[in-house]
Amino acid sequence: MSKDDISEKVNKGARVVLKNLSKVYTTREGKGVHALDEINLDFEPGSFVACVGPSGCGKSTLLSLLAGITRPTCGELYIDNKLIEKPHPKVGVVFQSDLLLYWRTVLDNILLPIEIKKLSSKDYSVKAKDLLKQVGLDGFENKLPTELSGGMRQRAAICRALIQEPDLLLMDEPFGALDALTREQMILDLQKMWMTLGNTILFITHGIEEAVFLADRVLVMSPRPGKIQLDLKIDLQRPRPWSDTHEDPKFAKYVRKVREIFESQGILVDH
Amino acid sequence: MSDAQSSQRGEIVAAAIKGGKKPPLFRQLFEKFSALLLASAIILFWQIYVQVSGVTEFVLPAPTAIAERLILDFPLLISHAVITFSEVIAGFGSAVIIGLPMALIIFYSPIFERSIYPILIALQTVPKIVLAPLLVLYLGYGWAPKIVLAFLISFFPILISSVIGLQSLDKELVNMVRSMGAKEYQIFQKLRLPAALPNVFGGFKVAIYLAVIGAVIGEYVAAEQGLGYLQLQANSQFDTTLNFATVIMISAIGVCLYLILNALGKRISFRRDSAI
Repeated sequence: MSKDDISEKVNKGARVVLKNLSKVYTTREGKGVHALDEINLDFEPGSFVACVGPSGCGKSTLLSLLAGITRPTCGELYIDNKLIEKPHPKVGVVFQSDLLLYWRTVLDNILLPIEIKKLSSKDYSVKAKDLLKQVGLDGFENKLPTELSGGMRQRAAICRALIQEPDLLLMDEPFGALDALTREQMILDLQKMWMTLGNTILFITHGIEEAVFLADRVLVMSPRPGKIQLDLKIDLQRPRPWSDTHEDPKFAKYVRKVREIFESQGILVDH
Repeated sequence: MSDAQSSQRGEIVAAAIKGGKKPPLFRQLFEKFSALLLASAIILFWQIYVQVSGVTEFVLPAPTAIAERLILDFPLLISHAVITFSEVIAGFGSAVIIGLPMALIIFYSPIFERSIYPILIALQTVPKIVLAPLLVLYLGYGWAPKIVLAFLISFFPILISSVIGLQSLDKELVNMVRSMGAKEYQIFQKLRLPAALPNVFGGFKVAIYLAVIGAVIGEYVAAEQGLGYLQLQANSQFDTTLNFATVIMISAIGVCLYLILNALGKRISFRRDSAI
């Protein structure tokens, strides 16, 4: 997407700035774990940033810092020039598991952030139903989460994050628990959704191809303490159709570049 | 030939999709009421055995004799049942009133969790009924020792299952609502309490039976009224029929209270956080 059609989008997207961000957390045994080391980043408003890295490299720590759930040991985070000290109202989070409350209907799950912010559930229920329709879940609003498949549940969880009209959407391996076919569809749906909404997305994943396919920018993190090893701009036209994009030599080059980082670290070994 | 075969197969598959034949009506009824049938069969066997063997009523009264007695002596039975019922309610009620806040304190305060909780768990292993004679010694022959015994015996399951219910919450869920900017009271209201309710009610259901046991044991040790007292009276007068009738009354108290709690639990669990 070019810069000039940003005005057509629903959200403006937040600018995210991380300055000299370090995080050391203490384990139950009292040991200090250096999760993030001197992270400096600047996300353009409305950009789709993916972050790949091996397990335990601090990707999720980065996300929970931006969500305002944990505080950094050193450094600062800014969302639209506002220092983050507590959860920002314009940030939505999608976790690896759907985390739907099993005693609430799908609709009431989506309205949970509205209730917590003490806004009127009545006013937002129309919007919630609209979101459900967009993700293909119309008619499921009064079902309980246990009656839905894994993919449907994660779609509902995405609706729950979107009802807050987030300028920044944080996604922590959102499709990691889904089967391969559902994941493919979710990736395509996410791209479409983001192109209409235009919010800034930080998408954390283990999947290199998933990251390259979706993002404008792929950050590759090193094992603990997490550092940005590679900051790769993905210059592929949007919308990106699945097969054409995967067959694009440029796509293959990007994937290889990210892979090489992991190979150089011994995280991936080719035989 | 092969066309005919394939159309035959098609029919078989279509029939299977439509659903097989329903079992005959008597079989459906039998499956539905099998527990009731079995219970009736046992009572019938009991009745026939008493009549055929000519065993005396003192040794084993017939079910019809017990039923007759329940009707004839209903005013007597009810007057004692009211006493026992009140003791159960008072004991169980105070266990709820003290147990639930204590569960909250233990959950929210690490100091209490580390100091009081292990002691309570250790105390739980003491068989509470052995305290009955001591309670009579300290509290006399009135209603007090029965209520205290019913309280002691039902307190621990309520407390411990409530603490476990509160602790069982997934940390990820807490992070999720925190990311929405939830305050601690909102985390409790929207998350912890509704998630703990099945455990809390599970504790209640165990506790209510135990409270009945506590009250009756209290009455066994020293009492002038109540179903436990009436049963001992019947026993000493060799009135086995009345003895059985009190057993049925005591069981009825437990079952009724259980059913009430069960219905209440289902109602509250249905729309847990909007109900509160």
